[in-house]
Amino acid sequence: MHRFANPARFMRVAERLLPWFLGLGGILLLAGLYQGLIASPADYQQHETVRIMYLHVPAAILAQGFYFGMALGSASFLIWKHPLGDLMARAMAPVGAALCFICLVTGAIWGKPTWGTYWVWDARLTSMLILLFLYFGYMALANAFDDPSRGHKPAALLAVVGVVNIPVIKFSVYFFNTLHQKSTLFAEGGPSMDPDMLLALMLMLGALGFLATAMAIIRLRGEMTVVKLRAARHGLNRHDDATQDVKHEETTR
Amino acid sequence: MTGVFLTILKRDLLLTIRQSTDVALVMAFFVVAAALFPFGVGPGPETLGRIAPGIVWVLALLAVMLSLDRLFQQDWEDGALELITLTPAPLPILVLGKAAAHWIGTGLPLIALAPLLGIMLNLTETAYPILIAGLALGTPSLSLIGAVGAALTLGARRAGLLMALLVLPLYIPVLIFGVTAVDAAVAGFSVRPHFLYLGAILLASLALAPLAAAAAIRNAVE
Amino acid sequence: MSELTGQDLTCIRGERPVFARLNFAWTAGTACQLTGPNGAGKSSLLRVLAGLIQPAAGSLSWHGTPIDEDREAHRARVSYCGHQEALKSALTVREGLQFWADLGGLPNRVDAALEGFELTGLADTPARILSSGQKRRVALARLIVESRPIWLLDEPTVGLDKASQERLEHLIAAHRAEGGIVAAATHVPIALPDAKNLDMADFAPGRLRGQAA
Repeated sequence: MHRFANPARFMRVAERLLPWFLGLGGILLLAGLYQGLIASPADYQQHETVRIMYLHVPAAILAQGFYFGMALGSASFLIWKHPLGDLMARAMAPVGAALCFICLVTGAIWGKPTWGTYWVWDARLTSMLILLFLYFGYMALANAFDDPSRGHKPAALLAVVGVVNIPVIKFSVYFFNTLHQKSTLFAEGGPSMDPDMLLALMLMLGALGFLATAMAIIRLRGEMTVVKLRAARHGLNRHDDATQDVKHEETTR
Repeated sequence: MTGVFLTILKRDLLLTIRQSTDVALVMAFFVVAAALFPFGVGPGPETLGRIAPGIVWVLALLAVMLSLDRLFQQDWEDGALELITLTPAPLPILVLGKAAAHWIGTGLPLIALAPLLGIMLNLTETAYPILIAGLALGTPSLSLIGAVGAALTLGARRAGLLMALLVLPLYIPVLIFGVTAVDAAVAGFSVRPHFLYLGAILLASLALAPLAAAAAIRNAVE
Repeated sequence: MSELTGQDLTCIRGERPVFARLNFAWTAGTACQLTGPNGAGKSSLLRVLAGLIQPAAGSLSWHGTPIDEDREAHRARVSYCGHQEALKSALTVREGLQFWADLGGLPNRVDAALEGFELTGLADTPARILSSGQKRRVALARLIVESRPIWLLDEPTVGLDKASQERLEHLIAAHRAEGGIVAAATHVPIALPDAKNLDMADFAPGRLRGQAA
């Protein structure tokens, strides 16, 4: 089965890493929660609500990173026709969408005490919402074909089209509205944050990153099993041996 | 290259003219939907006038989206699309021709009807030329981006709904620059940057959308 | 020197192998009849030959050059007639043929094509009121306006009356005399003198062959 040889090797590495990712993610999560909820000070302006940021900001960063990763996997699938990239993108999509959703919900919870309303059409929240729509579109298209093998290429193309559009969408949304505070994590001249808060943010980013990747690996395992099962059901595994003997020349009538 | 572009443009336009009820339906949707807003937000001329550019643009987006199935669906169902991919001409050029025909059959009538909606919704007089110019610059991008969505959903279940989910988020930048251009003109600011962005989106769509749509079509006819 | 050759062609549709390790070599003037039970992959093979489907394995060559090296050139060589007629109900017969002629055929062959399938009288009739046999004739008339060396015909005689089928046979003979290649999948006996025969059952992947037996 040369088609799955490489993904199989990839999976072996991924399987070995999985417990480490889960473990590291768990440890970092505990540390991050302690640092974020207990050890770090409250903000002088936002008070205790600032602690929501330790979940909100990593989720936002990872949701965007996951979409970018999906697009990379999809592009590699389109260019080298290797199914691994497509499977990775499919495995990542729901995880990324969940991160996007977490980001939006925590943003709304944070917005109520801070802005006095759950939802504001501010540039960053709006572009996260559109990113969630892009995730929805990808997942819907990937599963919209009766013959599952038909959906691979359209979904991969959509992921690439989406990633090309994200900068345009972001720019236009910022152009539309620049109400939100400027990003402090990546501000020029280094982060302008309390070191305790930054530590909490970084710990949570690491925790969420490892856990989300672990989840994507578990999902990838599922996706690959489905592909193998379908192939086995159609006799693809056997056809190499079975057809060894049927090498006929055409006959003239 | 221009030969096959014109050939497919001519054929699609001929089909559009022969099946002009399709165009009329979309235009009727455009006008009828606009007539709902006074009931929804109240008939106050000031309220309506303030949101009029946004309504016209959003409805233009929806109208274009509703007509996207005309682009490839019929050709796909009757087998013409696979024969089109089998001609020696480059497929992106043919997609461009089909998108151009789609724009002439949808974008142009929308632009022609936009002033009527402006009157219905009490649009400020100074806003008319900017709204029209913005639509002229923005609707071709809608047809091109829509072509990608239409091609990606060929053969999918509930293709129409799916297309809306794929295409509408990608339409947001066009909507933003189209509406902010009108707002800027009404407020007395320069509309130049807004139009430059709309133009940039159009150029990028012209270059990239036919390639993406062509790749999707090749997969659909396989 | 054979013009169109297929080597070890394997086709997988929707993860199901349709045929495997199929070989052929066709010289100028060859007609080949594809036979086999339903689902044996006759249509799939024609679509592979047209370049619509990428074979999962194996290669297809023209004069020894793999067609993957220049797909546009290959598209300029094949005329494909599938199950669907691809007619636009709102266009007349002439308009429809003229479109295909302008798009990659010979624009001045439309009248000859109409004549070839006795469609001259129907030239200005909208396709929507044609009978199914007439539609088939219009679809086949595309072969004349495109005038390409390889004809791939999927059940070309469906719906044709006796006279039209004879015209098709005549046309195929003329095409072969000029050095053209014809591959036809058909259940109906069609006169193809000295035609080769490709029995798809010979190339069924193990599982399918078991079912057919």
